[in-house]
Amino acid sequence: MSMFQIFNISGSAVSAQSQRLNVVASNLANVDTVAGPDGAAYKARQVMFQTHLMGANGQLDEASAGVKVTQITEDQTPGRRVFDPKHPKADGTGYVTYSNVNSVEEMVNMISASRSYQNNVEVMNTAKNLLQKTLQMGQ
Amino acid sequence: MLDRLTTGLEFQTQALALRAERQRLLASNIANADTPGYQAKDMDFARALREAVGQAPGQASVTHAAHLSQSPNGLATSTRQFAIQAQTNLDTNGVDMDRERAAFADNTLRYEATLRFINGSVRTTLDAMRSHNAAV
Repeated sequence: MSMFQIFNISGSAVSAQSQRLNVVASNLANVDTVAGPDGAAYKARQVMFQTHLMGANGQLDEASAGVKVTQITEDQTPGRRVFDPKHPKADGTGYVTYSNVNSVEEMVNMISASRSYQNNVEVMNTAKNLLQKTLQMGQ
Repeated sequence: MLDRLTTGLEFQTQALALRAERQRLLASNIANADTPGYQAKDMDFARALREAVGQAPGQASVTHAAHLSQSPNGLATSTRQFAIQAQTNLDTNGVDMDRERAAFADNTLRYEATLRFINGSVRTTLDAMRSHNAAV
């Protein structure tokens, strides 16, 4: 029954989206950090999604396209610089470098991730209902 | 004689298998709504079903013992095509979420309808087989 594959497809999407939500959470938490454990300012992270073909009994099928996170990249744009000579982390010119997280961008990312998560959960619920009804066929 | 009982059911069975196949396709599209470069796919359901049951509905398409009957999975593959994009995105993702959700709801309902047709015809057959004298 090919419908059982839906749980694998949507399940992979849900796990990818929750990973994206995780990254957004750590980005938002570090909006105002000045230095990480290595001394440098925190860099915003982004997840990379890729289509992941799956199929029944080892046979790949284009109709079963799940999602997987291939890598987490670091945003290399320079961090926000604020003039604050009294700050202990200020450099020679009196500027403090904060993280390069754009909080508006992250909020948009968060909403998009949670919507996609909900959609995929809904797909799984519908598939479950249909399969339950299929099991009761002929009764 | 016995195949007359099942030919009506055969058509609905093919339809159900193809509906399940399309459901999987739409679930893949929804799962890949945020994947860059993914193109939404859909199938020509009418053509797939027509090919699955032969020209006349209710008649099997195999006319010779040596003919290979086509599986619903194979038909779903041959009638698969890329969905036409309503608008282009910067990341070339071709999933239109509104349309996919609408198609998913539509397909769900039609799957349930097909299930109900199958249940109905099974019940009709059972009723016909029941003895007249048996206590209801």
